[in-house]
Amino acid sequence: MKRRRLVNHLMTALCGFGLLLALIPLGSILWLVISRGAPALNLDFFTQLPAPVGETGGGVGNAILGTLSMVGIGCILGVPVGVGAGVFLAERGNGRTGDAVRFTAEVLSGVPSIVVGIVAYGLVVLPMHRFSALAGGVALAVLMIPALARSTEELVRLVPGSLREASLALGVPQWRTSLRVVLRTALGGIVTAVLLSIARAAGETAPLLFTALNNQYWNFKADQPTASLTVQIYNYAVSPYQDWHQKAWGAALVLLLLVGALSLIAKALARNRFGTAR
Amino acid sequence: MKIEVRGLDAYFRSTHALRSVSLGVPANTVLAIIGPSGCGKSTFVRCINRMHELVPGARQTGQIFVDGKDLHARGVDPVDLRRRVGMVFQRPNPFPTMSIYDNVVAGLRLNGIGGDHAELVEKSLRQAALWDEVKDRLHTSALSLSGGQQQRLCIARALAIGPEVMLMDEPASALDPIATAKIEELIRELRQQLTIVIVTHNMQQAARVSDHTAFFYMGELIEHGETEQIFTNPREPRTEDYVTGKFG
Ligand SMILES: Nc1ncnc2c1ncn2[C@@H]1O[C@H](COP(=O)(O)OP(=O)(O)OP(=O)(O)O)[C@@H](O)[C@H]1O
Ligand SMILES: [Mg+2]
Repeated sequence: MKRRRLVNHLMTALCGFGLLLALIPLGSILWLVISRGAPALNLDFFTQLPAPVGETGGGVGNAILGTLSMVGIGCILGVPVGVGAGVFLAERGNGRTGDAVRFTAEVLSGVPSIVVGIVAYGLVVLPMHRFSALAGGVALAVLMIPALARSTEELVRLVPGSLREASLALGVPQWRTSLRVVLRTALGGIVTAVLLSIARAAGETAPLLFTALNNQYWNFKADQPTASLTVQIYNYAVSPYQDWHQKAWGAALVLLLLVGALSLIAKALARNRFGTAR
Repeated sequence: MKIEVRGLDAYFRSTHALRSVSLGVPANTVLAIIGPSGCGKSTFVRCINRMHELVPGARQTGQIFVDGKDLHARGVDPVDLRRRVGMVFQRPNPFPTMSIYDNVVAGLRLNGIGGDHAELVEKSLRQAALWDEVKDRLHTSALSLSGGQQQRLCIARALAIGPEVMLMDEPASALDPIATAKIEELIRELRQQLTIVIVTHNMQQAARVSDHTAFFYMGELIEHGETEQIFTNPREPRTEDYVTGKFG
């Protein structure tokens, strides 16, 4: 009895220690980014173009816009494909085709993101003869698809078969049942999965390097080179100027806030789903 | 005969779930299906609205006629069939993302028939003896109802598409005596308009609501006849043993 309690305490202490260890990197990332990035933040930082070397002031407004628009393009291209593939896998994925799609998604999710960037370069940049937001969006879409397909599949499989049967027994055709009952029931979870994949895509640098490149100015066209927060951070961070280092921290903080906000929204949606659905 | 089954065999891969079952159900009557667990009762009713064939690996042979028309004849669309042959399942399965109101008209809405269905909703909920309990909260989630209320909601949902035949697979197995009594009352009323096949484990219930009773055992139809005869004077010893509670 005594021994069991002792072991129990020991294990609890060990787990607590492990938790502390895991929190150290997270805490230091947050601390560093916030403490160094916060001084760079002001309204101009969100709304202005980058200032040339030597000049003070300026911001990363175009990079914020670029990241948002490329993630948007990535979503428009990637979400229908990823979610559609996931629904297919869950509803019809028990045969050869299903296995093939699943295998493809698995391989694709293991491909390093820089390779995806090179592929997008070959597929979009070369034929168009220029770097563009579109190419960046394509690369991000390719990165989003496999994870989205797998999580959608799992979420759709979680929908009880009894709901599908209820719909079919009402004389609703299979495809309408898949869309309007099964997908609708899984929707809360799928929205969460989409938001998380957006958060992940927003933090990618490598696939944007040879697709969207960068741009010192505002760009509102999908076929032009476009700035992004991640590439901007990279450029600022590798520069020799103190002032630019400061801006890199600021941009990193903005990115962190963006991703953090998306994750929080995703969490809230997920909680709401289980809160109301049970 | 509203429903006529001839030499029906049903399989799940290698399981032979029904063995050459033949019987008829006259229009506007209630047929009760009884028998021990696993004897093929659910499989039998699921063949009548062609839900059986949706199970992977499921097969069937033989013929089923509804209004004299073979269900598997060419040109019979199972989707149309299921609008005429409604079904209520053993466990309540309302759509969790929809309100009470939307659940009742789900059969219409999901098939793209929009518009205002307030009258239909009230009528169906009244028929299912649920109206008084939910009339003030039609737009709240269907999951806010108790299990018994959910089951009556599912009955209202099945009634709202205006079926001619209603298949009920142990509709009262999860209900308390009061809700059960309401459903039995409903079945007696509905018989005026439609033909009902009800699976039940409850002998008294079968005796109370049905005109005919069919006793299944290990996938075979052992005996089928007037309910009174089955319960008071069964021809088969196995039927007698089952209805008197010697096994099952
Ligand atoms: N989806 C399935 N896959 C394989 N076998 C099945 C499936 N559904 C039912 N069976 C088998 O078919 C036989 C008949 O099952 P059925 O569900 O019709 O029984 P039941 O009479 O409705 O039983 P209960 O009273 O327990 O609901 C059983 O032996 C069962 O194991
Ligand atoms: Mg059953």
